[in-house]
Amino acid sequence: MSNSGMSNSGMSNSGDHTAPDRTAPAGGDAGPVPTDDRLPVTKTYKLYLGGAFPRSESGRVYPVSDYRGAFLANAAQASRKDARDAAAAARVTAAGWADADAYTRGQVLYRIAEMLEGRRDQFVTAVATAEGCQTRRAAALVDATIDRWVWYAGWTDKIATVLGSANPVAGPYFCFSVPEPIGVVAVLAPQSSSLLGLASVLAPVIAAGNTAVVVASQNRPLPAVTLSEVLATSDLPGGVVNILTGRTAELAPWLAAHADVNALDLCGAPPSISAELERTAAGTIKRVLPAPVAEPDWTRQPDIRRLRAFVEIKTVWHPRA
Amino acid sequence: MEWTYSPALESREVARLRPHYPMFVDGKFTEGGGEPLTTINPATGTALADVSTASAANVDTAVRAARRAYERVWSRMPGAERAKYLLRIARLIQERARELAVLESLDTGTPISASRDVHVPAAAAHFFHHGGWADKLGYAGYGPDPRPFGVTGQVVSPDAALLSTAWKIAPALTCGNTVVLKPAESTPLSALVLAEICQQADLPPGVVNVLPGGADIGAALVAHDGLNKVAFTGSTDVGRQVTRTLAGTGRSLTLALGGPAVVVVFDDAPLDQAVDGVLAGALGGPLTGSRLLVQESIAAQLLDMLRTRAAALRIGDPLDKNTDVGAVSSAERLGRIEELAGNAVAEGAQRWVGPSPLPDQGFFCSPTLICDVNQAMRIATEDIPGPVLPVLTFRTPEEAAALANHTPTGLAASVWTDKGSRMLWAAQRIRTGVVWSNTACRFDPTAPFGGYREAGIGREGGRAGLQEYLDV
Repeated sequence: MSNSGMSNSGMSNSGDHTAPDRTAPAGGDAGPVPTDDRLPVTKTYKLYLGGAFPRSESGRVYPVSDYRGAFLANAAQASRKDARDAAAAARVTAAGWADADAYTRGQVLYRIAEMLEGRRDQFVTAVATAEGCQTRRAAALVDATIDRWVWYAGWTDKIATVLGSANPVAGPYFCFSVPEPIGVVAVLAPQSSSLLGLASVLAPVIAAGNTAVVVASQNRPLPAVTLSEVLATSDLPGGVVNILTGRTAELAPWLAAHADVNALDLCGAPPSISAELERTAAGTIKRVLPAPVAEPDWTRQPDIRRLRAFVEIKTVWHPRA
Repeated sequence: MEWTYSPALESREVARLRPHYPMFVDGKFTEGGGEPLTTINPATGTALADVSTASAANVDTAVRAARRAYERVWSRMPGAERAKYLLRIARLIQERARELAVLESLDTGTPISASRDVHVPAAAAHFFHHGGWADKLGYAGYGPDPRPFGVTGQVVSPDAALLSTAWKIAPALTCGNTVVLKPAESTPLSALVLAEICQQADLPPGVVNVLPGGADIGAALVAHDGLNKVAFTGSTDVGRQVTRTLAGTGRSLTLALGGPAVVVVFDDAPLDQAVDGVLAGALGGPLTGSRLLVQESIAAQLLDMLRTRAAALRIGDPLDKNTDVGAVSSAERLGRIEELAGNAVAEGAQRWVGPSPLPDQGFFCSPTLICDVNQAMRIATEDIPGPVLPVLTFRTPEEAAALANHTPTGLAASVWTDKGSRMLWAAQRIRTGVVWSNTACRFDPTAPFGGYREAGIGREGGRAGLQEYLDV
């Protein structure tokens, strides 16, 4: 996974791919004003793996369309090996991220919100194109996404206070319980909400100190890839979040069976295989957050369920006398 | 001069053993439709009592009874009233403590000193602690009015049979759930006496049902679609099957699967205390199945001390108050111990067996140390249900943590060192649900207990344990 030299091509501005005739450059870039007949430079959408932006090792891509069915771009179609590389990258960084101060993790998550805010217009375009909604609606979703990162950023140094306990045991012992990260969490991102839904399931996983392997929305993967560019420039150590694009049903079984994946969020699992994924995950007694009956309304204020789902409680006893 | 102990036997009569125990459904003791089983006294290998077992139809009847009790009575009752039932049960356990202790020792082989001083008082404490929660759940951090799941199916294992039954029933009831419980096939008696206690406490019919039976009845229970929640204690393999059974049903599942505990002794540890801890935790305690990791520089000294102390352990009649090591709860478990130890020896490990004579009947195993174990041997990572301790050595704290974490499970660790910073470092690095620092094998209803990774899912005890019985 030493493709970091390739990452520049993944960093290009993706705001222009949907509308060749759009003249306003995203993010206030300086430069000559494009003329109507200038051909824009389109972006190659890649995976985000161990902090780098490689293509799928399989060399496969799949076409991604907008909500009307018009071709948008080719996305990398990740393979089993990509999924395993992602799990390995997530494992390598798991101890360091878990050991990072809660304060530091909060700073990094807040930095993600800052970077999103700076590229807000780009994400509004990306969400509008992927989800087929009006610009105003897309802007509201992007704003909610930014606020969600801020919300979870504030949780990092409060989880232990809220979920931990001092245990008044009968005996001369000082006994306490603390929540610890579970480890590597595989996340099947929501299929409809390409950005807000993704942030709503990803932020709690890393806020709690876990590392993540995310399978982006299969048909709406482009905002996730663009988000990875934000993650790569937010002081988030490479490998804490790894984002795969491709066929959810192809990738999910490998992650569900992977012995070095500790937990599984089935949020965006195809209904036809979601029970089978739970059965597969039983092989290694994974913690599983089952698929919801229908995709939740992500604009609603979350509670701490998703933080609670991805911590383990450790109880420590010390003699007092 | 030869010093011997006189036997100090607890009277078997105290257990009020009956020749036959029916199952408990909908507030009544009734005959089950299954083949009756004979529960064995593991200290003699002879029959203790006949126990009526459930059939699949009985499982259905019990689940319906629990549903009725949930809908008509238990879920509507104010928390303060539910609390008083739990507190009554706690008091009744205390009142019948001696009877329960003797019965538990007869049925499970646990030494009477442990069942009398640890298991039965802890079972009562669990009902007291959880009784107090029933009208305070709004303060537990799960919202102002957290709701129960409904009907819970619970399966317990032969380890600490009464205590693990209390661990299951008390939090379920306090949160407002009703219970259908299957005790372990080899150790069903204390759960049936607990059912009688529920009856004496006037617990409304159907709130607690106890169905003895074998693995087939356990499987029928956890698969029953009338349940809202399943809690299972047992082996990791069966835990996997239970998880597969529940996949896609949306039913909540708590798993307590075990796996060996790990004892880590650093070179600056208080050795006398560490030896006591190892004996309490691994060779005589309720949580058998441990591995010892000892720093190489003190390994010879610690093993010498361990052999000296282990040689003095008294093995024998669980009803004898002087007994340190009782019987293994079943012949099948004894066979498993011998298989694992035998494999390790065949692969080059050295076996030391305590010299105390074993009784000539029953399922007994001498305190045993297995040295020169390497990480690839099965005995280094699998649960040994008896007083057999594999020993591995390490050189650096990093290596100790790596060895401790090198199992698919992660239930409990006991760490011995005099250095505070090293203790805190180890407590954080070792991936287990419980860390006993400079102590071993402590349990309390206020302290969440449960494992990481393949040792289980969820916690029992404390505020964290309530989450397993609340739909939050």
